[in-house]
Parts: sequence; C-alpha cells; structure tokens
Amino acid sequence: MGGRILLVEDEGNILEAITFILSRAGWEVQGHGNGATALEAVGRVTPDVLVLDVMLPGRSGLEILRDLRATPETADLPVLMLTAKGQAKDRETAMELGANAYLTKPFSNAELLETVTRLAEAPAGTDGG
Amino acid sequence: MLSFDGLVAVCVVYVALLFGIAFLAEKRATEGKAGWLNSPVTYTLSLSIYTTAWTFYGAVGSAARNGLEFLTIYLGPTLVFIGWFWLLRKMVRIGRAQRITSIADMISSRYGKSGALAALVTVLAVLGATPYIALQLQSVTLSFSVFAGPSAFGTLDAGQTAIWVAAGLALFTIVFGTRSLDLNERHPGLVSAIAVEAVVKLCAILAVGVFVVWGVADGPADMLDRIEQSPVANAPWNGARWLGVTMLAAAAILCLPRMFQVLVVENSDERHLATAGWAFPLYLLLISFFVVPIAVVGLGLEGAGTNPDLFVLTVPLAMGQDGLALLVFLGGFSAATSMVIVAALALSTMLSNHIIMPIWLQITRHDDPMSGDMRRAALTARRLSIAGVLFLGYGYYRLSGGADALADIGLIAFLGVAQILPALLGGILWRGATRVGAGLGIGAGFLIWGWLLLVPNIAETSGLIAPVLEAGPLGLGWLSPATPLGLQATDPLLTAMVLSLGVNTFLFIFGSLVSFPSPLERLQGAQFVNVYEHSRPLYGWQGAAGAADDLLIMAQRILGAGRAGRLFQSAAEAQGRGGDLPEPTPDFLERLERELSGSVGAATAHAMVGQIIGGASVSVRDLLAVADETAQIMEYSSQLEAKSTELAQTAARLREANAKLTELSRQKDAFLSQISHELRTPMTSIRAFSEILMQSDPLDDAARARFSRIIHDESQRLTRLLDDLLDLSVLENGRVTLNETETRLGDVLDRAIYAAGAQAGDGRLALERDPGSEDVLLVTDADRLAQVFINLISNAQKYCDAAAPKLTIRVRQLPGRVEVDFTDNGSGIPPRQQSLIFEKFARADSAKGAPGAGLGLAISREIMARLGGGLVHVPSDRGARFRVRLPARALRAA
Repeated sequence: MGGRILLVEDEGNILEAITFILSRAGWEVQGHGNGATALEAVGRVTPDVLVLDVMLPGRSGLEILRDLRATPETADLPVLMLTAKGQAKDRETAMELGANAYLTKPFSNAELLETVTRLAEAPAGTDGG
Repeated sequence: MLSFDGLVAVCVVYVALLFGIAFLAEKRATEGKAGWLNSPVTYTLSLSIYTTAWTFYGAVGSAARNGLEFLTIYLGPTLVFIGWFWLLRKMVRIGRAQRITSIADMISSRYGKSGALAALVTVLAVLGATPYIALQLQSVTLSFSVFAGPSAFGTLDAGQTAIWVAAGLALFTIVFGTRSLDLNERHPGLVSAIAVEAVVKLCAILAVGVFVVWGVADGPADMLDRIEQSPVANAPWNGARWLGVTMLAAAAILCLPRMFQVLVVENSDERHLATAGWAFPLYLLLISFFVVPIAVVGLGLEGAGTNPDLFVLTVPLAMGQDGLALLVFLGGFSAATSMVIVAALALSTMLSNHIIMPIWLQITRHDDPMSGDMRRAALTARRLSIAGVLFLGYGYYRLSGGADALADIGLIAFLGVAQILPALLGGILWRGATRVGAGLGIGAGFLIWGWLLLVPNIAETSGLIAPVLEAGPLGLGWLSPATPLGLQATDPLLTAMVLSLGVNTFLFIFGSLVSFPSPLERLQGAQFVNVYEHSRPLYGWQGAAGAADDLLIMAQRILGAGRAGRLFQSAAEAQGRGGDLPEPTPDFLERLERELSGSVGAATAHAMVGQIIGGASVSVRDLLAVADETAQIMEYSSQLEAKSTELAQTAARLREANAKLTELSRQKDAFLSQISHELRTPMTSIRAFSEILMQSDPLDDAARARFSRIIHDESQRLTRLLDDLLDLSVLENGRVTLNETETRLGDVLDRAIYAAGAQAGDGRLALERDPGSEDVLLVTDADRLAQVFINLISNAQKYCDAAAPKLTIRVRQLPGRVEVDFTDNGSGIPPRQQSLIFEKFARADSAKGAPGAGLGLAISREIMARLGGGLVHVPSDRGARFRVRLPARALRAA
C-alpha cells in the first residue's frame, strides 16, 4: 500500500481526520483547504488519487472535477468525491461528470480506506500505480 | 233665383251631409270595414284638393285673360305624377316608414330631427298658406254675393259670412281632424268627405261645360268656331312664364303642406299611388277640359258680368239655369272648403308638433311623452292651431278687404312652399345633404321670397309700408322688391323664383358640402335615400295576413322553433282558425311582443313587430329605446368581460401562487440540502475521530486529547445548529411567546455584550457606546432582544476584517421609534451579497471559515419582526452597519 493522495476539503477537522486515517494506512497525503491551490498542486504532485469535497468555497468540487476531466493530463485521474449533501441527484451529477467514486458524509474510516485503495489499484490511471 | 236663406239652407244641408259621410267613414274605419274607404279612387279624389276655389273659378278667369296659361297649373302636377312617379312612391314609402306627420316633419326627420328646421318650414308654410286660406274665404263670400244677388247680400256683411264659413270649417276640421292622436295620423272620415267634395267639384264644372257646349253653343263644332274667333285664342304666349309656372306647380304638388297631407300622410296603401298616377292627371284633364269653352262663352255673354273669375257661376245664372248654378256654387264651396280643411289640418299638425309642443315641453318638462296628460295637451294644441290657422286666414281676408291682389296669392304661395323643394329632393336623393345646407337654403330662399313677393303683396293689399318698398329700405334701390339687384323685373314672380330658388339651391348644396352631418343625420339620410332597403311596402289592411308568416319566422329566430310554434298554434286555436298561423290581431301582436321582449327587450320587440306589421315604422324614439337595451346588453357583456378578466386574474394569481409554491418547494429542497450539509459536516468529524479513538492502534495522549476535543466541539456545533433551527421554526410559525417586561435598553446591551464575550478589555473587538443615549425604557422581550444584539455583536467579532476591529453602537430616539445602529470598521458586506445575508444559511464568502450555520441574521430578523420592529442592513461607505428598529408602543419616557 502507499501512494500519493491529494485531498481537498475546506472543513479543517475533516481534513485533519482524513489526513490522519490515510497517513496511518501508509498513504502520502497532501491536504488543501480550497480548490484553487489543489488544482495547481495536481499538475505538480501527480497524485494517485484525488479526494475532493463537493462543497468548497469559491469553485465547487464539481467544477474542479469538470476541469480535470477536460484536461488531457488529468482526464483519467481517479477521483473520489465527498459530499455532505445526501441527495441522489448530487451523486448522479458527480458520476456523470466523471467521478470514479462517491462517498456521502459521514462515512466510516474503513469505507474511506477501501475506496481509496480500490481507486489507486484500478488500471484507470495512465501513470497510476 | 234662390233666396239667400235658401242658399244658406242648401249649404247647411250640404255640410250636414259631409259631416254624415265623415262620421260614417270614421265609424266604418274604426270597425275595420274598409270598403270603398280604402279604394284607390278615394285616394285619387282626395288629391283633388289641389284644385281649390282659386283654380275652380280662377282657371276660367285666367283663360279669359291669358289664354291657355292656366293649363300650366295642371301641367306641373301631371308631369310629376307621370314622369316623377318614382319620386312620389319614395316619398310615400319614407312617410310610412318614418311615421312622417307633415312636410315639416319630413324635412326635420331627414336632417337629424332638427327642431329648428321643422319650425322654419312650419313658419314658411303658415305664411304661405294664410293668404291662400283668405283667398278661399273670399271666393266663398264672393260666390255667395253673386249667387244671392246684391239685394239680399246687402243686408249681410261679407265679413260675417266669411267668419261663419271659417268657424264652420274650424269645427269640421277639429271634429274629424283631431279625434285622436292616431299614430299613423290618418283621417278616414275627413278624407271621405273630401273625396265626395271632389266628385261634386268635378260634376259641377263638367255640367257647366256640357251646358256651355251643347246648351249655349251648338255642339263641339260650333264651340271650336267660337273659340277661334274669341280673344282667348289670340292671347299672347309667354314661354318663360309657361315654363316657370309649370315648374312651380310641379314643386307645389310635392311641397304644399295640404298636398303632402293627402299624398303621403293619408295614404293607406302604397299601391293606391299607382292608380293615382294616371287617375289624378285624368281628373285634372277633366276639370280643365271645359275651361276654355266656358271662358269663351262667358266673354261673349252680356249677363255674365265683368269678372271672368266668376264666369263658371255667372254663365248658368245668366242663362237662367238656377239648378246648375247651385251645383256650381256647391262645387266652388267644395273646392274652397276641402282646401281649407286639409290645409288647416296639415298646418295645425305642424304648428302643434313643431312649435307649440316643443315650447310646452320646455315649460312643463314632461319626461314621459306617452302619458295621457301629454296626449291631451297635444290634442288641445292641435285644436287651437286649427282655430288659429283659420283665424289667421280670416284676419288676412279682412285686412286685404277682398282686394283683387288676392288672386296672385296662389302662385306666391306656391313659390313660398317651393323653397322646401331643394331640401326635400336633396334629402331623398343625396345622402350628403346636411342640416346646415337645408337650413341655409330654406332660410335664404324664404327671406328672398318673403321680401320680393310676400311683403309687397301684403303692402299692396293693406296699403302699408308701400313707399319704403318702392325706394328700397334705407334708400338702397337694389334692395327694393320691384328692382331686386337693380334688375328691371318685368315679371316679379319669375324674377323672385329664379333668385330665391337659385340662391336656395346653391346654399343648400354649398352648405351640405362644407358641413358634416351628425350621426342621427347620417342614419336618417341612409333611411331616406335607401328607403326601399330599410322598409317594407304598406299594403292596407289585408297586408297583415301575409305578415303572420314573417312573424313566425322572426319569432322562431328569437324564441326557438318549438316555443314559437306552440305560441302561434295556441293563438290560432284561440282564434278558432285552422292551421298554425293566427290572424295578427292587436291582441295577438301584443302577446307576441310580450313574449319577444322577454328575450330581446321591449323596445326591440316592438320595433321588430312594427317592422313586419306596420311597414317599418321605426321611429327615432324606438331606435333610442333599442339603443338603451343594447347598452344594457353591452353593460351585461362588459360585466361578463369583467368576470372573465377576474377569472384571468385569478388564474394569474393561481399561476403565481403555483410558481411561489414551486419556488418554496425548491427552497425547501435547498434548505434540507443545506441542513443535511450543516448536520453531516460536524458528524463526519465526530464519526471519523471517534472511529480513530475506538481503534486499537495506539495513539499518543496529545492526539487522543485533541481528537476528543474536536469531537466535543463538533457535538456542540450540532447542538447549536439544532437550537437555531428550532428557534427559527418557532419564530417563523409565529408560535413564539413573548415575555414582555419593562426593560432599560442599556441593560439589554450590557447583557448582550457580556454574553458575546465582547466586554471592554476582553477580546479583540473594541466597543464604542454612548451610555447617555441608551437610557431608554422599553416594554419588550429582553431575552429575545438580547439574542439579536448578541448575534450582531458576534457577527462583528467574526467578520470584521479591520486590523483593529471596532464596533460602534449608537441609539437614536425618533418620533414613534428608537433605532440602535451597530457599525463596524471593517470592509463591509460586498454589494452583491447584501441582498442575501438575511437568507437562511447564507454566509458571506468572507465568513466561510467562521463558525455558524448562517442562520443568525435570519433568526434576528424574525425576532425583530415579532417584537414589532425590524432589522435592516444599512449600506454605508465604510464597514457593515445593521440597524435595529424598535416600535414606539414599547417606549416609555425614562
């Protein structure tokens, strides 16, 4: 296990929790509080999995996802969307935009790890591994 | 020779006979037995009032003086009856269709029911007819004197004879002319008497003629010889005068009020006109046939006297034919009386309808024209008018003293009424003719005629004002009637005729072209000019039978086939008739009208039935009534329209409400989504950290403590959120109970500042207050008010981005309210977010990092609304400023 994970989450406590859980499981986690810095980091860090919150200040997670999918370098980047909105419609929107997985808050730690691991192992990424 | 008393006795018997005939005819007409009354012959004979005593006696006189010129008087009407038959038919149709009562009514009706025009024509007609009536009285008096001989007559004042005659005629006319105010204004009794008189007239002149040709001369051949040798055959020929007088006579037959009365008003069946078309010219031919022989014989007869105007009477007398002379006397008497009776009747109708009644209505202001009172007044006016007209004639006769000048009055009167002709013809033939044109034409023609002919005639007969006339008024020669416009008129009649009718026609056309007709004029113009499209012919009594079909068709349209059929069938059964069609009796028509009026309104029903039964007698009043009903229907339809508008508005409101509901539903979804987010976010932290803590993997104490702390904080955040939500829900539902007490504003502020942890020296935010202004006593819920203040202070704590954050609290007392402003020194709220800050879960972008679900301002605003005040954001150039408004009712002087 191991690999690089880029995490975008504006709630400080949740950012801290996810970082702790993933780090302890052996992932290298880089956390960002907003989308702008995260996008910039994507090109630089080339993460194995992007964990992206939907409700972000400024540009929302869904908008960031759309941009990523539109850019050739990141079109195949595995993305796990997190959302606190429990509606099915949000899930559909996220999947349509090309999210690889979707977790509704609150989620169990095991669920999170499992999903991140699955995405990282999936042969979707061009440079994932 | 018959004694004077005998003559009077004969007259009385004759008049009594006429009364009898009139009574009988009237009775038969009332009973509905038409018989000979309704025959075209009676109609034709009644037209013979054209030949008055003036022509009865005067034609022979004229022949003796001027040869065949007398024929022009007969030629004019003959040409009209034969050549302009279509015009007569149109006049008759219009008369029936419009319920015309006189020539004045005809003109007034055509030109938009103009009262002024009617009065003008009436005055013109009365002025023209008065000397003419005087002439008839003169002729009767004269024939009395001739017949009775100078000896007997000497004992009797001529004027007294005239007044007896006038009184008798007035009585007769009143009795048979004003029995009732019948809608159709027909007088069968009177017309019958006139028809009888016409026969007497014709028989008398024919008898004299036959006597002259076969009794005096030796048959036609000898008569022709005598004519050849007499001066009558060599009388000078004046072409212009022939043409002029023929035209004048033609105009007179159309315009004379009495001719209009018998021709149009008394017409009961349009087809009678067809008979009259040839029979009336024949009558004229017969009555003029022996004029020349009588004149020739009279001129050659010693005992016939010097006055050719009386040859008809003097020739038989000279020959010792007393019986024949008596017949002639009665003929002349008939000619005079029939003219006077009809003229008085026609003039009285005009006078009362167009002069007396309008004035009476003005004075009494009656609003119901059909009331009995009104009918009585109209009848009285009619009777007074008859007496008045005859008195005028008698007065003129006395004034003129029986002068010879009266003989000219016939043609003068003709020209007077001929002034109506342009307006009459124009009105019937030209839709563009207007009231202004008619008024100008008639008025100008009337003045010219009056000045050139009537005034000089009056001056001549009375001997008054003659010098003024000769020199012209104010010495202006061109105004003198003798030399109008400086013309040396050889024939005043022709000059006046050309001038008056020329100016009249010009002004009529000019006035019509430059003026615009009123709506009523337009309507009437169309009704007159296109009368055949707007009316049905009137076919006497028997015409009604065919109308039942039309009535049924109309009733079916309005009532529906079933109901109309049942109505007609039951009426037919009630009348004891087979088949489905009842006789259109007055009873049935009334019932039909009642039934119809339920559907279309009374006035419309009346007009519709009238259209079919009465030959399109739709008066303007009917039209107005129809218009009223139409207005009611329009009112009803506008109510419907209003209702439909209302419905449309309701639909629009429903759509709006629906849109609002949709929006609310959307907001509810958004709200739930927001709540979900706000609840799940802290729960995510709690769950994640609690799972970490639960795991067996070792944690250092610091991490354990930190994670426990986060869980604790997030739980509290959840609790706050739930509290806020419940608070908002209670406030929004209005179920909040206020605990109002007397509170000092400053104390509430102190509490709020303490609760927010913002007291001086404690915390980052500096406060600036003015304790003096805060000493205000309020009656309010202090806890709730404090909640609002706490929210505003903590917002400043959270969001004020100044380096040294400061919150200024200012209290202002205004009439009726107190205002508390909270102003910070930060960068303020961006304008595009100012409208959102009071929304639930709304947080300015800058507030993202700060705790709170964004319900604070929403809750505060709700609280202030409950407290009867308000909370608003006041846009200012620097910092965020919120204003709390408290109502005056909560105020009490400190």
